[in-house]
Amino acid sequence: MRLGNLEIEIIIALFLVLTALWTVMARSLLRAAIGLALTSAMLTVMMYKLNAPLAAVFELSVCSGLISVIFITTISLTQPLTWAEIYEHERERLSRFRPLPFIILLLGLFFWLVKVDLALPTVVAEKVTDVRVVLWSLRQLDLVGQIICLLAGAFGVTILFKAWRGK
Amino acid sequence: MPILLLMIVNVLSFSHKSKLHNILFGFGLLTALAQIALVLWPNKNFWQLTANYQFNVIKFNLAADNLTLVMLLAIGLVGLIALIVARGLINDVDQEYNFTNLWFIALTGMNGLVLATDIFSLYVFIEITAVASFILIALTKERDALEGAFKYVIFSSFATVLMLAAIALLVFFAGDTSFAAIANAIKANPGNSLILMGLILYLLSVFIKSGLIPFHGWLPDAYSAAPAITSIFIAGIVTKVVGIYPLIRFVQLTGTLADPLRNILLLVGGTSIVIAALSALGQTNFKRLLAYSSISQMGYIVLGLAAGSALGLAGAILHIFNHAVFKSLLFINAAAVEKQTGTLDIDKMGGLAEKMPYTGATSAIASLSTAGIPPLSGFWSKLLIIIALWNAQLYFYATVAVLASLLTLGYMLTLQRKVFFGQLENAFYETKEAGWQLVLPSLLLAGIILGLGLGFPWLINTWLIPIGKIL
Repeated sequence: MRLGNLEIEIIIALFLVLTALWTVMARSLLRAAIGLALTSAMLTVMMYKLNAPLAAVFELSVCSGLISVIFITTISLTQPLTWAEIYEHERERLSRFRPLPFIILLLGLFFWLVKVDLALPTVVAEKVTDVRVVLWSLRQLDLVGQIICLLAGAFGVTILFKAWRGK
Repeated sequence: MPILLLMIVNVLSFSHKSKLHNILFGFGLLTALAQIALVLWPNKNFWQLTANYQFNVIKFNLAADNLTLVMLLAIGLVGLIALIVARGLINDVDQEYNFTNLWFIALTGMNGLVLATDIFSLYVFIEITAVASFILIALTKERDALEGAFKYVIFSSFATVLMLAAIALLVFFAGDTSFAAIANAIKANPGNSLILMGLILYLLSVFIKSGLIPFHGWLPDAYSAAPAITSIFIAGIVTKVVGIYPLIRFVQLTGTLADPLRNILLLVGGTSIVIAALSALGQTNFKRLLAYSSISQMGYIVLGLAAGSALGLAGAILHIFNHAVFKSLLFINAAAVEKQTGTLDIDKMGGLAEKMPYTGATSAIASLSTAGIPPLSGFWSKLLIIIALWNAQLYFYATVAVLASLLTLGYMLTLQRKVFFGQLENAFYETKEAGWQLVLPSLLLAGIILGLGLGFPWLINTWLIPIGKIL
């Protein structure tokens, strides 16, 4: 059987939801970080399928950097749990997700019953612009903003975590 | 430029922190003063740099209208005050150095936010301000402060997701992220449910960022658990720039508000005014009481915007400025009291005006202005909002706004009586006035409250009504 484009997109979307769920439900931070990497990979594939190769590349590169930071922070800041803590954590871990199936069911029912007329606009074909022009001319202010945001983040890590590591 | 200097100073700071923190402080003062001067004595050549290349390298599409200028004035003023007060409140060189650095980042974020002409740039600068705010709240690394910061991070992240979704939906129709393109798309597609959904998501996002009821879960904890200096800065200006300013741009973008949107604004504004005022009545922690009072006052601003007229918008903008002034003053008073008595529990205080006359007097002025007592500035902004609501035939909400002023008066007078009046507690016989770094800014802010109140007849025609006409 040959799968159509729509079927492939639905399968990717399903995987995306599953990996995202795994990320938030994971037992340890390290597993959550792996889950995030998988989610990001799924998102990249989806963006590529939706004709947004630039966004896909950015998603992959930004997220791989982000995941490295999370890995390093997690490894440097956490200590292994004791057996008693693991037992306690395991007992409570899944209970907080009990309402999730009901929420999904309710949302499904809502969208099934309320037939919203979405009146989608005709998507205008995206102007193919050189990525250099987009980044360095069109979105220069945002790029500077991102740099300041990174500076703030780095500053926060220095202020909040440096002394802790000493302790 | 300030950010570039910040980077250089930070690189050098590894070896010369004690000397460099004074330079950084001086540079901060100059920046804030220059910002205030550029707004009060506007220079056309400076404010119309929008389309030009600066240094032939940087091309920013920024623009300053009258609303932006008022926001820049409020940012400069509260920023200047916070920087001076920090000198009196923070004793540790490292902490003061860290605060000044984050102050610069937050100031850049807020200035960029009010100057942005593009919804995505607006989002980027909201995030810069938010990241700086998280760290400022957690600065002391005490358990409560970290908890407050964590709650803010969680709520703020949720708001970020909503805003990104809203931007995606709006850009889908507009094809561009500029405010002008989005405003055109909204006008061209009246009654489109996807656009309405985008606008509602945007509204929810800014409601969370402003801490309006029922999205206020983070605000009382963050305000009361944060270090005193952070409370002054964040309550004084950050929440207004990050939450209320995008709301004003929203009203401007949508033009005449569609009924569902107006009803959402009225409901959230009215509920915030009443519920937060009732919650403030039951508080015994000085800063927590002020936090609930902030939510209630922001409700007035939202009601002014919901009136959908130039008068309502002028009232809302004046109330933003007034609120920035009197809330900063009240938080400075709280910081002074905490510094001199070691507690924020108002049930344990009493008669402090005798020992701290400047703090007591300025706090009375700020409290009365909050309650809307004439001729203080808070009275005029509330009056404009109430008249605008009445003119828009929103009689119920106009009545709610009037009656809630009585509640405000109730909790503010209770605060004054418990902290500054009555019999002086034995424990506070040796208490003295806080240092000049806290007294001088308090007097300046109290002077602004009185000056704006008395100079209102001049202010309304020269500044306020022209601003309201941006609708």
